[in-house]
Amino acid sequence: MKSAVLVEGVTKKFKTVTALSNVSLKISEGELFGIIGADGAGKTTLFRILCTLMLADEGRAEVLGLDSLKDYRGIRSRIGYMPGRFSLYTDLSVEENLKFFATVFNTTVEENYELIADIYTQLEPFKKRMAGQLSGGMKQKLALCCALIHRPDLLLLDEPTTGVDAVSRREFWQMLGRLKEQEITILVSTPYMDEASLCDRVAFLQDGTILAVDTPAGITGLFTAPLFAVRANDKHKLLTHLRSYPHAGSVYAFGSTVHYADSRSSISTEEIEAYLLDSELQDIKIEKIEPGIEDTFMALMKTDKENLHE
Amino acid sequence: MSEPVIHTEELTRTFGEFRAVDGISFSVGAGEVFGFLGANGAGKTTAMKMLTGLLLPTSGKATVAGFDVFSETESIKRNIGYMSQRFSLYDDLTARENIRFFGGIYGLSSSIIKEKSEALLSSLDLIAVADSRISDLPLGWKQKLAFSVALLHEPKIVFLDEPTGGVDPLTRRRFWDMIYEAADKGVTVFVTTHYMDEAEYCDRVSIMVNGRIAALDTPMAMKSSFGVTTMDELFIRLVRPTAGDGI
Repeated sequence: MKSAVLVEGVTKKFKTVTALSNVSLKISEGELFGIIGADGAGKTTLFRILCTLMLADEGRAEVLGLDSLKDYRGIRSRIGYMPGRFSLYTDLSVEENLKFFATVFNTTVEENYELIADIYTQLEPFKKRMAGQLSGGMKQKLALCCALIHRPDLLLLDEPTTGVDAVSRREFWQMLGRLKEQEITILVSTPYMDEASLCDRVAFLQDGTILAVDTPAGITGLFTAPLFAVRANDKHKLLTHLRSYPHAGSVYAFGSTVHYADSRSSISTEEIEAYLLDSELQDIKIEKIEPGIEDTFMALMKTDKENLHE
Repeated sequence: MSEPVIHTEELTRTFGEFRAVDGISFSVGAGEVFGFLGANGAGKTTAMKMLTGLLLPTSGKATVAGFDVFSETESIKRNIGYMSQRFSLYDDLTARENIRFFGGIYGLSSSIIKEKSEALLSSLDLIAVADSRISDLPLGWKQKLAFSVALLHEPKIVFLDEPTGGVDPLTRRRFWDMIYEAADKGVTVFVTTHYMDEAEYCDRVSIMVNGRIAALDTPMAMKSSFGVTTMDELFIRLVRPTAGDGI
């Protein structure tokens, strides 16, 4: 399959900080590809290089088959970019913003309306409102419409769901699913681990380095230790108690449970239960579980972090 | 519950016709970790502004740390801590300078600031980087420092506005360890988050929908009364009817 994005050995430094360190990546046409990483991981730098807004110190990038250096003009007209910070014109109305972006890209709102119809109908009641006066969820929808209005072949969404509530996040991802059916390649970055499972493939980025690239199922396959979800009446005590178990691997709070990984390759729930019964904990429940994206991300980054800071 | 640190009765704030906060009543006790949830635009920020003395209510009653939100807003500001992901420390100042700055803002004497700075920097293991600019520190360290600075003047209550937004999952969990430590010492923690797993870490949570508190209980009791297994499901069930309007 043809690649929509090709990144080869890209490094970018800002004074003392290495934002991207020898990053290579290949994204196929039509893929919904996620870049998963925290603030400062290098996500935005990567997006800016792909948008031709920034030059890499080393390495090269191709976007839609065009060289990011030589053909930057060709790239710009064929991509839609939604930056992490809201960057529409706050003193233009909803419809004025949309019209403005259509004009800049030499098209009209009418020409590509069906692509955004689904999202824009939700904004239509407020079309005369200044963009600066919109709620967070609506701003995000308008920004997406403006990034789509020239029917780009590649959509670059930098943290579209940061600071967005759980319901709006879910709706946003449903919209992305429908855009994917329109054969638009989508590159989206997010700090939310649960969104990774909605992508075709994801790359984990930490401190400018790619930790892993794979399908969500392939990623969780990297987590090999036996994993258990443990509950008890006192979660804080449960955490400290499990951490002091000699065979403990990682021990992390996960919502109402604690995820416990054992360092031995085979272990039964009874053994862990026997250990916990010696404590003052009550209502102990232990269940063997499959690792999720977040379990895997932490396992991958931990080793890395330990080398770096701790 | 012991003497509540936050107590509100029918607290309301309107902007013209719009009732941003529409008669909310609740209490938060000492040392409690209270999760304040809601969709974007549900009224959380407006409510937080009233509770931190930044915005006068339209009607209702409320006290924070024993002070009235109508008449004693300056006392409230002096007796609370505040931290958010977006604004907490000055990037262009060093760790030591930030501590001195915020200590000064909260009216601590320079000898106390000096003493507290050293204690804080050593307990956070930041001595080696105390004179580096904050912007050069890893996010996790910044966050630890920001939280400690918010507690520098030993407030009874600390407001945390999306403290873990955009943070990696390890740092997020370490941050919650700090929250528990503070709560164990009796500090009341009032926290907002969009991470539903973090809602589970709170002693009690409230969920705001359209300016009102739609549910308030322990995470466990709330889930069982709505017959759901995760906070995520519960949140979506409460918020979904309004989400359909595209707001």
